[in-house]
Amino acid sequence: MEIAQIIGLALVTTILLLILRQEKPVMAVVLSIVFSIVIFIVMMGKMASILNVMQELTRRAEVNYFFFATLLKILGVAYLGEFAAAICQDAGEQAVAKKVEFASKIIIAVLALPIMIAILESLIQIMPG
Amino acid sequence: MNIDIIFRIAGIGILISVLSIVLKQAKKEEQAEMLTLAGVVVVLIMVVQLMNQLFLVVRSVFNM
Repeated sequence: MEIAQIIGLALVTTILLLILRQEKPVMAVVLSIVFSIVIFIVMMGKMASILNVMQELTRRAEVNYFFFATLLKILGVAYLGEFAAAICQDAGEQAVAKKVEFASKIIIAVLALPIMIAILESLIQIMPG
Repeated sequence: MNIDIIFRIAGIGILISVLSIVLKQAKKEEQAEMLTLAGVVVVLIMVVQLMNQLFLVVRSVFNM
């Protein structure tokens, strides 16, 4: 019943945030950052076991490991970018949140370039002539 | 799980807001502002350490 712990923590944090937001909005933002980080760290343990299974499947299917590593990197960038953008949006800074999302999109595109090149190369090999 | 840091930060926030109300009632506005600033800095140091831990975990999980 790990979800019960997380729900309890979330509700307690919500009440504390409601109290803090009236007096010290900065402290409220910091508390929401800390809550996000705690949930993230707790969930990363589970994520690691999922990724281990996927790694094992990749090894058995004899897919090129490079693609899986790129996929993992993209996943990490996406999660971190989403995390930071959500906090910025929560604090009312829409412009900063949009810039974080923009940067994470561009970094993901750069990471995905080698995969795109591999697809194009295999397409060229398949095509006759 | 390091849940107690949430309660620690919430406690610091509530304590500082109460203390700054008391200082404002005693006509010590500048000291109330300085107390707020000091509290934010202390909490920010804790948050930076926690964020370092988060980035280490993410880097090890996703092999970045």
